[in-house]
Amino acid sequence: MNELPLAVLLASVLATATPLIIATLGETITEKAGVINLSLDGSLLLSAMVGFVVGYETGSFLLAFMAAAATGASVALLVGIYGIYLGQLQVAVGFALTLMCKDLAYFLGNPYSRLQGPQMISWKIPGLSEIPFFGPVLFQQPLTVYAGLLLIPAIWWYFYRTARGLELRAVGENPQACYTRGIDPRRKQILYILIGGALVGLAGAAFSLGIKPGWGRPQGIEGIGWIALAIVIFGGWHPVRVALGAFLFALLQVGGISLQNIWTAIPAQVFQVAPFPLMILALVLVNMLEHKSIQRWLEHRPGLAQLLDKLKGDPPRALGKTFHPD
Amino acid sequence: MSRINRYLADTLLILVIVVVFTSLLLLLVGASPHEAFGHLISGSFGSWSKFSRVLNVWIPLTLCSIGLLYAFRAGLWNIGVEGQVVLGAIGTVGVLRLGIDSGYPMVTLFLAMLAAAALGGGWALVAGWLKIRGGVHEIFAGLGLNFVAMGIVLWLIFGPWKRPGIASMSGTEVFPRELWFPTLEGWRVSPYAIGIAILLILATSWILNHSRFGLNLKAVGHNPRAVVLFGLSPQRYLLIAIIISGALAGLAGGLQVSGIYHRLIPAISSGYGYLGLLVVMLANFRLLPIPFIALFFAALNVGSIQLPMMMQLDSSLSGVIQGACVLSALLVFGIRHLRSRGPGN
Repeated sequence: MNELPLAVLLASVLATATPLIIATLGETITEKAGVINLSLDGSLLLSAMVGFVVGYETGSFLLAFMAAAATGASVALLVGIYGIYLGQLQVAVGFALTLMCKDLAYFLGNPYSRLQGPQMISWKIPGLSEIPFFGPVLFQQPLTVYAGLLLIPAIWWYFYRTARGLELRAVGENPQACYTRGIDPRRKQILYILIGGALVGLAGAAFSLGIKPGWGRPQGIEGIGWIALAIVIFGGWHPVRVALGAFLFALLQVGGISLQNIWTAIPAQVFQVAPFPLMILALVLVNMLEHKSIQRWLEHRPGLAQLLDKLKGDPPRALGKTFHPD
Repeated sequence: MSRINRYLADTLLILVIVVVFTSLLLLLVGASPHEAFGHLISGSFGSWSKFSRVLNVWIPLTLCSIGLLYAFRAGLWNIGVEGQVVLGAIGTVGVLRLGIDSGYPMVTLFLAMLAAAALGGGWALVAGWLKIRGGVHEIFAGLGLNFVAMGIVLWLIFGPWKRPGIASMSGTEVFPRELWFPTLEGWRVSPYAIGIAILLILATSWILNHSRFGLNLKAVGHNPRAVVLFGLSPQRYLLIAIIISGALAGLAGGLQVSGIYHRLIPAISSGYGYLGLLVVMLANFRLLPIPFIALFFAALNVGSIQLPMMMQLDSSLSGVIQGACVLSALLVFGIRHLRSRGPGN
């Protein structure tokens, strides 16, 4: 079994990528409004646990996802309150929450370890799923995959085509100016922290009820939150590019599993961690493009320069800086 | 006097919040808070053997924390400590493997510690270089390097350094006794390791607070643009700070190998790098409280080991308490910050 059929491979990349897409888009919303929620690695795990436990106890996917979203939003709210109203470093609060939520998840989820719980089945879209090749890849997936894919254009539209999206971006770029225009940046930021956190929570449940079903120690999604944070930077805070980054990571993960069978000399464990440094390497390469000598080299290659210009993005200018209305 | 009083009041307030929060959490899962706290205390301070285990956690945790302090002084978030601990451990194992039959165990151990500091510092330098040259935020450079370090350890354990016969997650082959850090009869902890830690705390106190280097470092952290006017190179100070930070973390990793595990295991860092960040935050980025907070955290880590057996609770309770400490400390600092801004301001 060295080669997987391409359709199966792509379907699995898509399925692996969606929870990550939902989480990265959530973080993109939060960061676009100027706040860093560094707690992702912990809050994903905590909401995955809550989602699984609620799903197991009630048997309802709706309740499970709602509970997970509420969990993600609550953790994010803590970052917001500490960072925006109590004047603490957002990074410090986020980091402490990362570790604490992870331990909290294992502590509270302990009685539910290794239980057979509910798991989402794929939902075939009638008609479309019959199309050869594209059918199995695109239209025979769990509901979360469709939701995640629809989220990409939806958020893009909100950011760049609505007045509220403009306000959101303005708050992240220049809260002072917003304040003088009668927008309270802090209330906006709290709102988008909550929305972003809720999406992270949904992503957590999409893991524990979908592609990494169940609960146990280790859960198998540790480290994903950090990658999600890196992907937001890699994608230049642009929803479409961020989603592409998530696909790239999923491709590395799925590709690693197939490569295991080819390079048997390398221990399988190495392939499990390899996508993480590769993603960071990609981030380094994107950043390197800013370097003077490379910029000079690019001056003579306008076509390439234009293409690369599309790849990089600047962080929201007020990212991580707390706004005071005085 | 009022400053000390305020400090004590803050500490007491933080502890009360944490105890209330933890008790509520324990009641939520149907466990007795009284019993759980009892196990945490007796499991860590109950006997000399248990307390020496606490010291075994305290040493590397303190080294990581004081190392982080150098990086923080320069304004850097060296989240890569975790990987630097791992690299230190790899360096130690590498040297010890070479020195098995050398006949000079003490020299070998000394060289192994040097290798630990060098590899830890070198690994940190990579993160610093990526920050300065690549423009990659040190948090992500550090995290990426943590994952790489994890990959290297797994590769070594399952590849070149695998135990004869079976490679497994239990690690490489155990070193012969003469390559263990020397200890006393009935001690689980090496007095030499304790001595190294105390010396390094004292040295750090002098370097950060009384030396010219420490002063310059502080200046770089506060205002990197202004120090250029004084002829200082901020980039050089950033790199030196992160190298010291990494060297201390590497040393912690070296002691993990030579003093405790005597082999390389996948979880050789025990998460002390990340935990060290919490220690430093709780210490409000000051040196003096670090050894005490590290001792408290170490006691929680060791005390929680028996929770699964005695009460069917997950040992991650210690991490929850540690996180709650930091969050309530930030809450107290935050409220003080609000009040200092004054009402209606």
